[in-house]
Formats: sequence, structure tokens, C-alpha cells
Amino acid sequence: MSFRRFWAIARKEALQLRRDPRSLLLAFVLPFLLVLVFGSAISLDVRDIPFGVLDRDRTPASRELVEAFQASGYFTLRARVESPGEVDHLLARGRVRLVMVIPPGHASDLASGRVAAVQLLVDGGDANTATIAINYADAIVAGVNRRILATRAVAAPLGFEARVWYNEALESARMIVPGLVAVIMAIITAMLTALAIAREWERGTMEQLAATPVHRLEVVAGKLLPYIGIGIIDVTVAVVVGMVVFDVPLRGSVFLLAAMSLLFLIGMLSFGLLLSAALKSQMLATQVAIMTTYLPTLLLSGFIFSIASMPFALQVVSTLIPARFFIVITRGIFLKGIGLGILWPQALGMLAFTVISFGMATRAFRKEIDG
Amino acid sequence: MADAVVADRLRKAFGDFVAVDDLSFSVGTGEVFGFLGPNGAGKTTAIRMLTGLLPPTGGTAVVAGLDVARDPFGVRRRIGYMSQLFSLYGDLTVSENLEFFGGLYQVPRDQFRARRDWVIESADLAAVVGQLTGTLPLGLKQRLALGCALLHQPAVLFLDEPTSGVDPLSRRAFWDLIYELAAAGTTVLVSTHYMEEAEYCDRLILMHRGKLVALDTAIGLRARMSRPLLAVVTDQAPQVVQALADADGVGEVTMFGRSVHAVVPDISRGRAAVVERLTRAGLGWSTIEPIEPSLEDVFIGLVREGETGGP
Repeated sequence: MSFRRFWAIARKEALQLRRDPRSLLLAFVLPFLLVLVFGSAISLDVRDIPFGVLDRDRTPASRELVEAFQASGYFTLRARVESPGEVDHLLARGRVRLVMVIPPGHASDLASGRVAAVQLLVDGGDANTATIAINYADAIVAGVNRRILATRAVAAPLGFEARVWYNEALESARMIVPGLVAVIMAIITAMLTALAIAREWERGTMEQLAATPVHRLEVVAGKLLPYIGIGIIDVTVAVVVGMVVFDVPLRGSVFLLAAMSLLFLIGMLSFGLLLSAALKSQMLATQVAIMTTYLPTLLLSGFIFSIASMPFALQVVSTLIPARFFIVITRGIFLKGIGLGILWPQALGMLAFTVISFGMATRAFRKEIDG
Repeated sequence: MADAVVADRLRKAFGDFVAVDDLSFSVGTGEVFGFLGPNGAGKTTAIRMLTGLLPPTGGTAVVAGLDVARDPFGVRRRIGYMSQLFSLYGDLTVSENLEFFGGLYQVPRDQFRARRDWVIESADLAAVVGQLTGTLPLGLKQRLALGCALLHQPAVLFLDEPTSGVDPLSRRAFWDLIYELAAAGTTVLVSTHYMEEAEYCDRLILMHRGKLVALDTAIGLRARMSRPLLAVVTDQAPQVVQALADADGVGEVTMFGRSVHAVVPDISRGRAAVVERLTRAGLGWSTIEPIEPSLEDVFIGLVREGETGGP
């Protein structure tokens, strides 16, 4: 291994990269856009759910209940209707997601200590939103109940309260952005390097390169270096945008985050080089890179769907996806502020992937250059 | 003088196809050694085996004193190679390409500047040093490629069809450079399908279908044409070739544009036979003259001899 030759390769690669607008776009603009778009669009939060009211009681008690819904911030009152027929109309046209029906005698039932039934009619078309809306409604109703019980001089009822940790407000941006850093890195890095070796084959420069005394390790490492630089900038952009735009807290060690990101970057970039060296075609390598990084990372990394609830076979497959480990690490560092003491199994998983990818990329390259 | 390159029974098979078959030769230090043959004759495959780019199916190659199979990296440090197609980086400037190859060949930093200046001067690249290589005319690209292969002062230089597609003036300049190198002790192995270029070589291998047809100096090769040659200049060359092909007293017939070359046992009887045959066929001609065989005539003659199993 000669530093001089390694440096010659790295320098040449950086010069070529600087003159290739497509790569620059892919390297710098795309990650920035992805964080903004993904961060805002993949919002799992449900806020301001439009709802309607059919209040057939018209008492201070019924108004208090409606008031409580509005004050929660989760619901916005869109319509007050007068008859059950209008309820159907509202839901069917999608003006509201749910309608609260307060039957006549609500206040008197409450006053006499009977169960005062309130009906919620929910649009189940979007099951996810519906479930969340029902949970919110439950919580609000429970709150109202407690206040009513408290005003009566009965012994304070045993309250059950669920508390959410780490993401106290259950804001999905906090869940998504740390994972998103991992997903964006996974998508972009392998695509960047998928071009790097195949380009030399397609342009015929490989033959000249192969006739020089350069070693395969120098080529693979030299080609990685400029892309690692780009990757570091990308991670920084994604992290800063996440913290500034989406208010995601960084509770753990910045250095650990940097070190783990670097490990992940090298692994994914090496994987791209492996595809490039093995397939020798820029188009094919890019397509395979997308198929093997983009979709699995999105679906099987735990970014959107919980790995624990996947079928066993898919859980096994997910261990091949390095982003799976990196997502746990970024979420752990960002939200929980934990370190390697807890995250070491994931760090080990990523290390294994990185070492194997780099080794295989070097091997795949060797066959060709050594003839 | 020690041999710079020794090939011993080199053979390369791709499946059933034998690209190079049983090729043996040796090249002395400072010699300009040519591989001549049509496309597909095995020239490129032979050069790739000698440079270590392609492992041979059989046989051995020793280049600059090292066995190519045993010490490919040692060989690569001592050779320069210029591949058939332009294979420098089009998106790097001339000086960036030079720096890149200087780095790969580990030209010591204190010598690099002098080497680079020498390349720029001898390849006449001073005006385009800062220009992107992809925008240069082909002749300049070729000279730069040669320059990149010379930065580390290799003992042996391999050039695979270095001048294909280059205009004659640039080609001449390129060969002047090669002579200069050879005079300074560099061994040059060059492949070409330009017959007139082959004349510039000290010795030549004629290759056909992977096999060595002949190995000699250009003069020696011409001397192998023992029988004289007649050139018939005519406007009806294809018909003349057809008419002479089965004529008595006329050997191999080959078309060169408006000229048809025919091998004959001796000049006067041959001329009579040609005139007789063409008159009978009703074909016209402007001249029938004896000529010196060109390397192309020699090549075709030797290949045909080989195919018919002897003269």
C-alpha cells in the first residue's frame, strides 16, 4: 500500500467529481431536499382533526365536553348539525373525520350519577388516523370524567395515566428525523459509488489503470475517500436541518454520532463500489443499488414498520440491512442520549457489514486488475 | 545484449476460440519490434499477456527480466503501456492526467517536474496544458497518452495500435518520438495494422488468426517473396481479379484499389500470360509493370502459403 498512489487516486476522483454536475446534485442537493420533504411529509402526527357535533342536549355540561375537545388541540370543530341525517352527510363528504353525538338528557344523567353516554362516529377510511383519533378522544373524555368526579366530594378516583418517554409529545418528526438521516445516507451513498468503478470500465480507462503498478486496495480506498467527504457533509446537513427545522433534540454524544455515521458511510459506500466493480455497468449498478438499498432500507429497517412485529423470516432478512442498526443508533443517540454501553450490538452489526463490504469490493476489483 | 522481452509458447484461449496460439519470440533491448496483422489476428491479446493484463492459458512471458505471471507488479513498474483506445481521463486537464500517472508510477517528487516538462515539450503539449483532455484532437491525445506512459522512464514500452485514426502528419511525429526513445535504450513493442508503419520497425512479427506467420526484418520479409510481382493498373479491377484468379501461369492475385497485384513465376512469361488472359476476357488495362513487393503483398503471400500448406 503506497500512500502516494492512494492519494493520486483520491485526488483524481475528487477532480472528476467536481466536474460532474449530476454527481454533485446527487451528493449535495438531494439529501437536503430529502430531509425537508420526508421530514414534513412522513408525518405520523394527527393534529387538528376536523370534527362535527350533534348536540341534542344543549346544556353547559354538553358544551363543556365540546369545549374540552377543541381545547385539546387535536380536534377542530368544523360543523354543528341539527339532525342525525346531516351527520351521515358530513362524514360521507369527508368534511369531518368524526362526529360527536350528545343525546338529550346528557346533563341530567350526569347530575343524577348515571352513565352519560356520548357517541363518537368515526370515519374508518384512514384506519391509522381513526385509531389515533379514538385514543385522543378517550383521553379527553377521561380527563373530563376526572374533573366531574373531583367536583363531587367523593374520594379521588384512582387515575390511570400513561406517560410517553423520549418523545414526550409523541411528535413523529422526532422519531422520523433521526431515522431519516440513516435512510438518506443509505440511499445516496451506494448510488454515488455505484458509478465510480463501472465508469472506468465503460470509458475504457480501466485498462490503462490496470497496466500501472496500482494495487486494488489503493484504488478502492482512494475512490472511497472523496465520497466519504461528501457523506460527512451530507450527514451534517441532515442532522442540522433535523435539529433546526424539526426541533429534534440531540441528547447523546456528537462524537459518537459522528463516529457511527462514518462507519455507516464507509460500509454503504463500499457496498456501492462492490456493485460497481462486480457489474461493470453504470446503469446496472445504479439500478441494483436502488433495489438493494432504497426499498429494503425504507421497508425493512424499522424506519416505518416495527421490526419486532414483522414475520420471523423478514426479521432475519432485516439483519442484512445496515440501516436497521444505524437507525437504532441514531434514535438512541438523538432521543435517549445513550452510548455504546447499550448500542454496542448495533455498532458491531454495522462494523461487520462495513468490513465485509470493503473486503468484497476489494476482492471484486482484484480479479479484473490482476487479470 | 540481454533480451528485454521473451515470450515462450504463449497461448490464450477464450473457450473454444484460440486468440493466440503458441507464440514464441524474443526482443532485444532498444529494439523497435512490431506486431503486424489484420484486426482479430491476436496482436492486442498478445500485448495484454505481455503486460500482465490478461493471464495466459499457457506459456510464459519474461519482461524486463521479470516473469509476468510471478511478479506482475514488478513488471508494471518497469513498463509503459498505451492501450488501443484513448484511455486517459477526458474530464481531467492535460497536467492533471500527467500528475495522476506520475503519482501511480511513484515518480519521485523531485524528478516529476523535470519529467513532466520533458513530456510536455517532446509531445508538443505546452499550449494545451490546462485544457480538458477530452477536448483535444486525437493526435494530441495520443501523444499525451504516450507521455503518461513514459513519465517513469520505463525499460519497455508497449503500444497497442497507437496511431489508429491519427492523421499522417501526427503519425510521423509520433514515430519520431518512438525512434528517439529507442535510441535512448527503451525497448518498444508496437502493434499496427498499417503496413507502411510496420516498415519503421527493426523487426516484425506477422500474425494471422493467433499464429505467428513470420518473424523477420522488413527487408528479410520482402526477400521471402522469391517470385516476382506484376501490378496491373485497370479501371476494371474486380473483373481483372476474377479473370486472373484461375489463369494458367499466374499465382496469387490481390486487389489494391485500381491496381491488381499478381504473383508470377517470371516476369516475361507472366506478363504474356496476363495479357493473353485479359484479352480473351475482353478486359482493358493501362499498364502492366513489375513491382517491388510491399509488406502487404508479403503478408498476403505468406498467409496464403500457410493456408494451402506450402508454396
